[in-house]
Amino acid sequence: MAKKVLMGNHAVSYGARLSRVEVIAAYPITPQTQVVEELAEMCAWGDLNAKFIKVESEHSAMAACIGASATGARAFTATSSQGLLLMHEMLHWAAGARLPIVMANINRALAPPWSIWSEQTDSLAQRDTGWLQFYCESNQEVLDTTIQAFKISERVLLPAMIILDAFFLSHTYEPVEVPAQEAVDEFLPPYKPPLKLDVDDPHAFGALVGPDGYYEFRYNIQKAFEEAQRAIIEVGEEFGERFGRAYGLVEPFYVDDAEVVLVTSSTITSTARAVIKERRARGERVGLLKIRVFRPFPFEAVREMLLGVPKVAVIDRNLSLGHHGIFHAELKSALYGQRNAPAVFGFVAGLGGRDVTPRTIHQILDIVGSQEEPDRDVYWIGLKAKAEEGQPAGNGRKQRQRVKA
Amino acid sequence: MTVTNSNGNADSATATITRAVPRVKTLKELAAQEEREKRFQGGHSLCAGCSIPVMVRSVLNTIDIPVVVVNATGCLEVATTRYPTTAWNVPWLHVAFENAAAAASGVEVAFRVLKRKGRTAQELGFELPGEVRVVVFGGDGGTYDIGLQALSGALERGHRFTYICYDNEAYMNTGNQRSGATPPLAHTTTTPVGRESLGKLQQRKDLTEIAVAHHVPYVAQASISHWQDLVRKVEAALRADGPSFLNVLAPCQRGWGYEPCLTVEIARLAVETRFWPLYEVVEGEYRLNALPKKPKPVSEWLKTQKRFAHLLKPENRHLLDELQLQVDREWEKLLRRCEGRVLEV
Ligand SMILES: Cc1ncc(C[n+]2csc(CCOP(=O)(O)OP(=O)(O)O)c2C)c(N)n1
Ligand code: SF4
Ligand SMILES: [Mg+2]
Repeated sequence: MAKKVLMGNHAVSYGARLSRVEVIAAYPITPQTQVVEELAEMCAWGDLNAKFIKVESEHSAMAACIGASATGARAFTATSSQGLLLMHEMLHWAAGARLPIVMANINRALAPPWSIWSEQTDSLAQRDTGWLQFYCESNQEVLDTTIQAFKISERVLLPAMIILDAFFLSHTYEPVEVPAQEAVDEFLPPYKPPLKLDVDDPHAFGALVGPDGYYEFRYNIQKAFEEAQRAIIEVGEEFGERFGRAYGLVEPFYVDDAEVVLVTSSTITSTARAVIKERRARGERVGLLKIRVFRPFPFEAVREMLLGVPKVAVIDRNLSLGHHGIFHAELKSALYGQRNAPAVFGFVAGLGGRDVTPRTIHQILDIVGSQEEPDRDVYWIGLKAKAEEGQPAGNGRKQRQRVKA
Repeated sequence: MTVTNSNGNADSATATITRAVPRVKTLKELAAQEEREKRFQGGHSLCAGCSIPVMVRSVLNTIDIPVVVVNATGCLEVATTRYPTTAWNVPWLHVAFENAAAAASGVEVAFRVLKRKGRTAQELGFELPGEVRVVVFGGDGGTYDIGLQALSGALERGHRFTYICYDNEAYMNTGNQRSGATPPLAHTTTTPVGRESLGKLQQRKDLTEIAVAHHVPYVAQASISHWQDLVRKVEAALRADGPSFLNVLAPCQRGWGYEPCLTVEIARLAVETRFWPLYEVVEGEYRLNALPKKPKPVSEWLKTQKRFAHLLKPENRHLLDELQLQVDREWEKLLRRCEGRVLEV
């Protein structure tokens, strides 16, 4: 094991290398590029014995991964935002075909307006595609989750998405324990594909299925998600035993006696943790629940943690337009009709990469502290005054004048 | 039919040069147009020495009638429209990376339909222009690769629009990754030179020929170094009754690795070494637009750029020779197609 200072994107590349990926098919997009550039370097210098297909689009990236995985190779890709959306058809395909492809997605806001900054709506918009989804908080978690993802995916035959925030993680350097190759090899044996294009035992993949059969195919995928819950827990525990860092579906922090629990994911968690610590030191009974795994949604785990807590506040750096923040909505569905369910407040913050600072978290705790129940569906934090009058932020009129970019 | 031989000297019997010398806008006229309309303004954040604004200005100042610009994602798009400002004084539309030609199809057809239906200014809230041209700017990534399907569809359907690919031979906006336009053996961040790699292993695709294969009225290859040729081609493209396509070599100092002041010179060298021949295909008929009197070896061009530095090592001499052979072969092919027709401005 060696400690290295890695940017989040390189933590992905190291994870993929240690997992001995065999086929990489990817297309560049900000803020993912360093993931694939580093993998290209590794191939160019012979540090990774893999083939990197430099495809002409993300749709083709995923299609090539599907082809490679169907042939029996360990396949990997990485993308972000617009690229992930372009893959959408193939995402459903990878899951429906039960192929254990692993992908990193760097969370970036969707256009228009054009943005390269952090927001989770890109990956959350893929929630119904049949991919496992892991939201990472640190570069260490990114590397560790990449390795675990292959093991989990190959066990349950579902593809997995490792998700990290644009810039806050992708471009931020942190110290990361890089496990030794031999230790990873012991943890993650080579992929033995149950489904493959075998010339001695030919099968047809992607065939037409009538109403008499389709229903059962979907049922089987749903069952695989149930199995995935167990697999994620077991693999996370085994990882902990071997490498000293255990992982689960959710991660509680001062939840036990809390009167208010914040629910977060990704890097907002680290900021929230600092605020919780500060408020605990002042004697306030506040806590934090990080959701690491979004698909399968950890119904049981969140109920276990949150039933009996008086108030819960979900912070979403994402939005289902016309509905709520997505973690908020999903969390409520998990708690609905349960005895002792908390009052759930939903906060949308940090869209398009706007900073979510300790101050933002304090504001949220203050609002929740001052009310028994939420008085609106969604709370917006730090909205600029103009927007409240239905105007875009900034001076939109300027655009029509002759101004310099 | 006469062709030049592969050692680079034009045969004395070369091509009857048709110097029809078409009239093109003078620099003065271009400048006057620029002054009048300021269709594209400075103050954007394209790099110093970038060739793209040079090309955009030449194109827009050539056109006198109203234009609508459709822009694929890439350096040009990102660097000219940082909200709430814009460098464009013409209507400008960006619809993602992979589909500028499809978006332009919608714009072109909508103008026609609205006009045919006689929609009035009162109904629409704006006056339809009497005449308007749709001009698309897309990078090589957005045109050779991810946008090829959309381009092919639009060319085949016959929309009256002018698609201009600014070819800087890689995905520059994301930091220099290889594209289908990257020349063989070039170093990029996804074809890095390393122990097991000598840069890009594959050929460039010949997008200009792909466009020709769509049987559209006007296709041309141009370079920002030959501005009169470019201006003439823009005029011809706009006159064409149907789709027109221009592939313009547009050097990138960051990705290619050279001093920003050398942009035009390097573009010119690409033509003089016949790496990037200037030609046009009008209703299927090929014409050469630059016949270098004393063609230079391609190494003269390569050695100006860091991305080819590894090719200058003595042990890679054979790679250089091979590249030269390829350039010669392509040149001869082109000369055969031109059947002696040469039209130089
Ligand atoms: C679907 C999708 N995939 C990837 C990207 C990321 N991307 C933005 S610009 C760009 C490169 C553009 O290259 P090119 O078309 O050659 O234009 P240049 O940047 O060189 O001007 C890429 C890969 C994107 N915006 N959308
Ligand atoms: S990276 Fe290259 S193409 Fe892009 S703006 Fe800079 S010089 Fe121009
Ligand atoms: Mg380019």
